Amino acid sequence: MKKNPTVELKLPILKDMELVATHTSDVVAKHMNLSEEKSAEISMALIEACINAFEHSETKEDIYIHFIISDENLTIKVIDKGVGFDASAIELPNIDQKITDERKRGWGLMLIKELMDKVDYESDNTGTTLTMTKNKKTDE
Amino acid sequence: MSSITGKSIRDGIVIISTEGYFNKDLGEALKAVADEEIKNGHKNFLINLENSKIVNSIGASILIEIIEDLQSMDGSLNFCNLAPIIAKTFKIMGLTKYCETFENEDAAIAKLA
Repeated sequence: MKKNPTVELKLPILKDMELVATHTSDVVAKHMNLSEEKSAEISMALIEACINAFEHSETKEDIYIHFIISDENLTIKVIDKGVGFDASAIELPNIDQKITDERKRGWGLMLIKELMDKVDYESDNTGTTLTMTKNKKTDE
Repeated sequence: MSSITGKSIRDGIVIISTEGYFNKDLGEALKAVADEEIKNGHKNFLINLENSKIVNSIGASILIEIIEDLQSMDGSLNFCNLAPIIAKTFKIMGLTKYCETFENEDAAIAKLA
């Protein structure tokens, strides 16, 4: 097999298009023999990453998703060509605060971090690349 | 793709069932039904998510609005038949601090009624 084969997806910013990404991740996870639990966690993280890219990039340009398969893990890059964001300005949400806050949203990045094994992002005014990794082995 | 598939009342508990992707649209549809039943005097709700296997944080955030509304009247929002990833998502968000989850409708009614 080719070393680190990559599946690439281009998504227009349309309603519920994040589900297309989850169908692809399901197929990739099956190919890698990942457990159903890990596959579901990847899908959930991917939904949140796509929604962030759709909503916060302030662009109508397509987003790109790369699924990079290796023997040890699956790395997913979600790339948008938007305006970028300041990671230091993001506060981790807290349910006790959210119950009374007017704004109930803002959970995406926290969910991604909790569901994946490694999460990094690079962002500037030309776009954002979110890179998240799920290890094949639970103890890695 | 996503819809409210049923609403019934058992022992004073309003049971609302959903189908499909629990996104913003389904969250808002659920809130509309809950708001209507709150106006009718009900304050305890059970959401059956048996046929919703996937959720996003926008839909889940609308559940927080319902929790806030019910807290002010000493009511409760409860869930049953959660897919494991939805249960995990609710736990990460902390929803389980404010909501009980049950294996199925019968187990929920036995406890809540």
